[in-house]
Amino acid sequence: MKKMTWRLAMLLACVLPTVANAGEVSVAVAANFSGPMAKLAEGFRASSGHTLKLTSGATGRFYSQILAGAPFDVLLAADDDTPRRLVNEGHAVAGTQFTYAVGQLVLWSALPGVVDEQGAVLKTARYKHLAIANPKLAPYGRAAQETLAAQGAGEAVAGRIVTAESIAQAFQFVVSGNAEIGFVALSQVKVPGKPVQGSYWLVPPSLHGEIRQDAVLLKRAKGSAAAQALLAYLRSADAKALIQGYGYR
Amino acid sequence: MTAADWSAIRLTAELAAVTTVLLLVLGTPVAWWLARTRSRSKPVWAALVAMPLVLPPSVLGFYLLLLMGPQGPVGQLTQALGIGRLPFTFAGLVVASVLYSMPFVVQPLQQAFEAVPERALEAAATLRAGPWDRFFTVALPLARPGFITASVLGFAHTVGEFGVVLMMGGNIPGQTRVMSVAIYDHVEAAEYADAHRLAAAMVAFALTVLVTLYWVKRPRGADAGAAR
Repeated sequence: MKKMTWRLAMLLACVLPTVANAGEVSVAVAANFSGPMAKLAEGFRASSGHTLKLTSGATGRFYSQILAGAPFDVLLAADDDTPRRLVNEGHAVAGTQFTYAVGQLVLWSALPGVVDEQGAVLKTARYKHLAIANPKLAPYGRAAQETLAAQGAGEAVAGRIVTAESIAQAFQFVVSGNAEIGFVALSQVKVPGKPVQGSYWLVPPSLHGEIRQDAVLLKRAKGSAAAQALLAYLRSADAKALIQGYGYR
Repeated sequence: MTAADWSAIRLTAELAAVTTVLLLVLGTPVAWWLARTRSRSKPVWAALVAMPLVLPPSVLGFYLLLLMGPQGPVGQLTQALGIGRLPFTFAGLVVASVLYSMPFVVQPLQQAFEAVPERALEAAATLRAGPWDRFFTVALPLARPGFITASVLGFAHTVGEFGVVLMMGGNIPGQTRVMSVAIYDHVEAAEYADAHRLAAAMVAFALTVLVTLYWVKRPRGADAGAAR
């Protein structure tokens, strides 16, 4: 017990200079980025002493909640449109918006050997259901729709599309095998340092609009040093490397 | 109302009607047994029936997705029977709704059966009525208010069902896109006018149903309590 106390004291002595102005930042983070963000939070705390309170969910819902006065300091959105709207409508601080990650779309199957590396499977009869996120609600869903159009696969997939409400749900449809294939985010099927389970086609970025995920500082945190520090940290080389390891560009 | 709205409304009514009929057929023997049994396992079965009240609907939906999937036990069974797979089909929604609305049908029926006096059944027995006869000519008529409550609650609860359908329906127009999901889609996409229209239809429907229910139950003043 005494040892523990000593250790704690030593630890505190090390971080005291930063603890003196340690703050807490509440972050609304897009569901697809919640895994990497939890890791980033550790790094951020180690380097700055500030702690993060993370809430993950759908960007559209965060937008409604922020309008209703939800207590978030920073929004890490799944798109670049929502932060822009928040800035234009005066709920976020102008000039603080930047792209923290660019999403990569994959056509994925939980089984090996189903999806080929050109995505030609789309035009075959080898599947019954193709899962995509709702294009009206999810940027990855829109990108999936654009990809289908670019591939001229619109007719081939007609009647076989199941629409998920989010990219997380599209992943659930495919991972449970109920949809044989589906468009998901590379970050959902890629664990840093491990090969991807199943089979996938990494959709060339030229086939769809860029899936830019932007961060923005919200009005209530305008003077918060901790929130500013977080935004700066997300741009650091360390953070960028970690984000790329999770399947973002 | 657009064509898509009407399709969602029709689908919702179909789903609720099929679910209610199935639940009445399946739930009646269950409720009768629960009401009459002296078995020591009764609390366990009663608890199992009430389980869907406990789990969050979307979690229930997620487990159904796993169970009915190609690797799940239910999915393997349906595939072996040549039915194919249940998720993303109307039949799958019916199965899910039957599970999800079960307490709302079984509990009022059980309470109604429990209220049937033992003496009425004994009197029928002394007049040589067999068990089936006793059930259909004595218990059923006496439990009628319970059946009305159970039908209305089962139907209304299925209409308002959302999380389960969202998880395993796949939002297919004309097949699994019911009213609640259509409203949710409109709200999420900030199409508020469309959302308001459908929501108003739903509120009007619910009011009509519940007013009718309380009006029907008014003269008896019987207290076949709802599963609340």
